[in-house]
Amino acid sequence: MSEPTIEITGVRKRFGEVEVLRGVDLSVERGEVVVLMGPSGSGKTTLVRCMNLLEEPDAGRVRICDCAFDCGAPRDRSARRLAQRARRRTGMVFQQFNLFPHMTALGNVIEGPRQVRRLPAAEAVALGERLLARVGLADKRDEYPSRLSGGQKQRVAIARALAMEPEVVLFDEPTSALDPELHAEVLDVIQELAGEGMTMVIVTHETHFAREVADRIVFMDGGVIVEEAAPDVFFTRPAQERARSFLRLVEHAAVPVSAPLPRRGEEAV
Amino acid sequence: MDLLTNAFPMLLRGFGVTILLGVASFVLGSVLGALIALARISRIRVLRAVAISYVSVFRGTPLLIQIMVIYFGLPQLGVQLEPIPSAILALTLFSAAYLSENFRGGILGVDKGQWEAASSIGMPYGRTFRRIVFPQAIRIATPAVGGRFIALMKDTSLASAVTVVELTRVAESVGNASFRYMESFLLAGAMYWLINTVLSVGQGMLEKRLGRAY
Repeated sequence: MSEPTIEITGVRKRFGEVEVLRGVDLSVERGEVVVLMGPSGSGKTTLVRCMNLLEEPDAGRVRICDCAFDCGAPRDRSARRLAQRARRRTGMVFQQFNLFPHMTALGNVIEGPRQVRRLPAAEAVALGERLLARVGLADKRDEYPSRLSGGQKQRVAIARALAMEPEVVLFDEPTSALDPELHAEVLDVIQELAGEGMTMVIVTHETHFAREVADRIVFMDGGVIVEEAAPDVFFTRPAQERARSFLRLVEHAAVPVSAPLPRRGEEAV
Repeated sequence: MDLLTNAFPMLLRGFGVTILLGVASFVLGSVLGALIALARISRIRVLRAVAISYVSVFRGTPLLIQIMVIYFGLPQLGVQLEPIPSAILALTLFSAAYLSENFRGGILGVDKGQWEAASSIGMPYGRTFRRIVFPQAIRIATPAVGGRFIALMKDTSLASAVTVVELTRVAESVGNASFRYMESFLLAGAMYWLINTVLSVGQGMLEKRLGRAY
């Protein structure tokens, strides 16, 4: 097997008094879909944010494609440049979408290609239109984010991440800010990407979705990885007690949101 | 009334000087204020300290004192400025302190997620500021900056203390010459009100235009 796309070794991160990551090792292979699960405060969001150096670890090593960082050294100019280069190889989808509100859907998608990849306008627009069509929003190209629903915003955000033609896409709770009936449209897009062989790391609480899409579940608690397993194994016979009790809690509360929803007008009466 | 009719062109000329003072110091003050705001949010500690001290001094002392120091005080150090340049300099330094805080508020008002999103597509700091943060910060800062422009237009009357023949000073001399203080000051007041009404309408239009995009 070729080199992992992302390799994290001994990563630690502290926010004030709280050590959020306490020595994490994780590698993500090319084409792999890794789902990070765990109770809130377990460090999964911080970990995924370390994977494009949006959060810089205090210690450890992060390698993103061909950019390797020894963390903890002062951030000089060349380190910042390298971090920028690494971020160009990764796409990120945020919980709160973070679309640029002063740009249209198309404007959001082509901002990276135009400003960072320096594609000519016509080429960037063609790419943007293709990506919007891919997430089912070709007709929204000229709409501003304020006129889109949450699910549409998140799909634009996915198109924006893909526009950089990243080696890996990171998802930080992509459906947590959405109303339940909007989860499916976003999860379907992610599932399609998985089908196309995109390397992805996904933080999510959606167990049904995780089970369908993941090649590997990584379960975190208290700033460390507690268990790593194939989804079938993880959801049916997790090895660790902490994973078992977590699953009991989420399964209890779970609504199968990635299952087809009744269409409007067909709801049970 | 004859005298006031005769005085009207003088008042208009004073009004012209008032507008010159206000516009020039607003433009220059905005440039300086933007630089101070950038220094205030910079990663470099010395720049931040300079910006904080600047704002503290120029916001914490009366404009009249600043004008006097520049016009009457600086000559002791061998720097002699004409009345109008003195007034514009003082008004610029003074308004830059306030405007920098308005700009900073606008920049800080932009959601942190915007920086992160730009960063996540590999955009460098400077371009993120220009393409993503600045357009949103302007929109947030516009009401406060507009208010500052209007306040500045009225503050120009303090330039009369250093012999600048602007609207307030003209009104005073017309009053002195004719003893028609009520009429001449009311007329001057009406002119201030007129220019500031124009400014507020302009600000409203600008806000509408900036708001249109989203």
